[in-house]
Amino acid sequence: MEFSLWYLGLAAAFGLFMAWGIGANDVANAMATSVGSKALTIKQAILVAAVFEFAGAFLAGGQVTSTIRKGIIDASQVESNPELLIFGMLAALLAAAVWLLIASRKGWPVSTTHSIVGAIVGFAAVGIGVESVHWAKVGTIAASWVVSPVMSGFLAFFIFMSVQKLILSTDDPLKNARKYVPFYIFAVGFILALVTLLKGLKHIGLDLSTGESVAVAFASGIVTMGIGIVAIKRIKIDPDQDVDFRFTNVEKIFGVLMVFTACGMAFAHGSNDVANAIGPVAAIVSIVKTGVVAQKSSLATWILLLGAIGIVLGLATYGWRVIRTVGRNITELTPSRGFAAELAAASTVVIASGTGIPISTTHTLVGAVLGVGIARGIGALNLRVVRNIMLSWIITLPAGGILAILFFFLLKGIFYTGPVI
Amino acid sequence: MSGSYLSGIFGSSPVKPLQEHMEKVVSCVCELIPFTRAVLTRDAEGRDQCHQKIIALEKEADALKKELRLRLPSSLFMPIDRRDVLEVLTMQDLVAGGARDVAGLINGRGMVMPDSMAASYKALVQRCVDACTQAHISIRELDELIETGFGKVERERVGGLLVELDEIEQDTDEQQITLRNELFELENELHPVNVMFLYKVIENTGGIADRAQRVGSRLQLMLAR
Repeated sequence: MEFSLWYLGLAAAFGLFMAWGIGANDVANAMATSVGSKALTIKQAILVAAVFEFAGAFLAGGQVTSTIRKGIIDASQVESNPELLIFGMLAALLAAAVWLLIASRKGWPVSTTHSIVGAIVGFAAVGIGVESVHWAKVGTIAASWVVSPVMSGFLAFFIFMSVQKLILSTDDPLKNARKYVPFYIFAVGFILALVTLLKGLKHIGLDLSTGESVAVAFASGIVTMGIGIVAIKRIKIDPDQDVDFRFTNVEKIFGVLMVFTACGMAFAHGSNDVANAIGPVAAIVSIVKTGVVAQKSSLATWILLLGAIGIVLGLATYGWRVIRTVGRNITELTPSRGFAAELAAASTVVIASGTGIPISTTHTLVGAVLGVGIARGIGALNLRVVRNIMLSWIITLPAGGILAILFFFLLKGIFYTGPVI
Repeated sequence: MSGSYLSGIFGSSPVKPLQEHMEKVVSCVCELIPFTRAVLTRDAEGRDQCHQKIIALEKEADALKKELRLRLPSSLFMPIDRRDVLEVLTMQDLVAGGARDVAGLINGRGMVMPDSMAASYKALVQRCVDACTQAHISIRELDELIETGFGKVERERVGGLLVELDEIEQDTDEQQITLRNELFELENELHPVNVMFLYKVIENTGGIADRAQRVGSRLQLMLAR
């Protein structure tokens, strides 16, 4: 191909920029609950986010990446013209980035996932042909955008109810918190490890059977639990602080738990959202390298690494400020409910990541917060804002799509060398 | 930034403002104690000062009430019913209004309490203040209620506090009967208009405890949901 280097350079640059944007903006939604409930300081939150976003993106980001890269478009339609797919993927990245930039300027609650999926569907349907879109797959993805917040809401509801039964609404909440919180910590370690391992870590040379995966996940749960128990032991209980509000010390124990769920949340976010940036890059790279629309080639590790680094860069340069701002505004969420929301959301997101479905981490978290609210656990929720967030994807899909179509024809006009179609 | 919209879903909880309002109401009612002392010792200047303080505190409570009302749009999703919150608030405000009315009535007419009734009336005022304090203690449990997601243990705890509140209110009913009997004995010695207004003072003072109890009943409704 004539402009191979151009394509590669542009893809890497756009992908890095998208990853930067995810780190700069989206990570805040995943981390802010922990900062708001004071379970983590800003510095700790950034450290946790950097380490676990990277780990999530690098270790568990492959499935969703492959969906974005080759699950939405039926590439057999462009076999004679692989360049079209390159223009499309570049256009999609550009469209999503531009749309996110506009939305963040205006303060609209839009999601990276919705933008990129809308953009890819848009350019494919118009630029290549309506039949080139895997509509069944797109339908599944769209359905999951409704299902995932509902599911994480249910999970959060039941997690919070269990916390209430086992700890908060008992005669000695403090004693019961010490007793049961380690088990929730175990759950965090176990679920994250299990989903990640089951989907395979072949790209870093780790290939385990299902039985081995469960065993390793169990072990990782135990290790996490052990760390948690030590941390809980080190908490200083000060009865004086319980005079005004009788659960101050209990909340401190939940604070430990929330450090773990925050790690889980960052991991989950990295695993699902990195694909939004590098999925299109991966598609372009494989076409440029092989000259054909390869459906079978595996994902190059360096691309995952590119996405992971981009996210951490975004976090370091800009994201920490957003985390601070958002965290400051979330004061209503105490660790006992923040953890329930995060555990529910993180579990839902990693399951989606394992299944290769791109979902919105923020929507999932909002669903979880609502779940805790329905369990009568939160002072006040603003339903109008919730509705706006939940409905934002209805606008984002066509917006991303239309922008992608524009960029697609623009790029085609500049670079296209293939046969006239 | 688009990252910041998540914080928008958390509305401001009415619990803290509701508790602050009740605190103000209680401080207003508490002023009735020095006020009554001044009335009984025939200290016109002290009585006046206390009356002014009560008016000022009642006004402050009123301002807090209006502020909270404005901060409760119907799009808020809360673990407690919005209507219940507003009714508790109204009831709390009526408690402060009751204290203001009693002080206004006594001060406006420069009323003098017959010496034989002094001890009983002082006791009634004290018990009314107790009722308000008890109502405040119950309202202060609201954040614990939400923390536990209205768990059974916490609901029972608040239920216990409300039983105590009922008992205090019953005490004030009995104290009112005693006072009316004492006043009845004196009726022939006093000016009829004064007698009439003394009955009114007794009734209004007891009404404060009554309203405090109704704050509790509203709280009970929140628990039952």
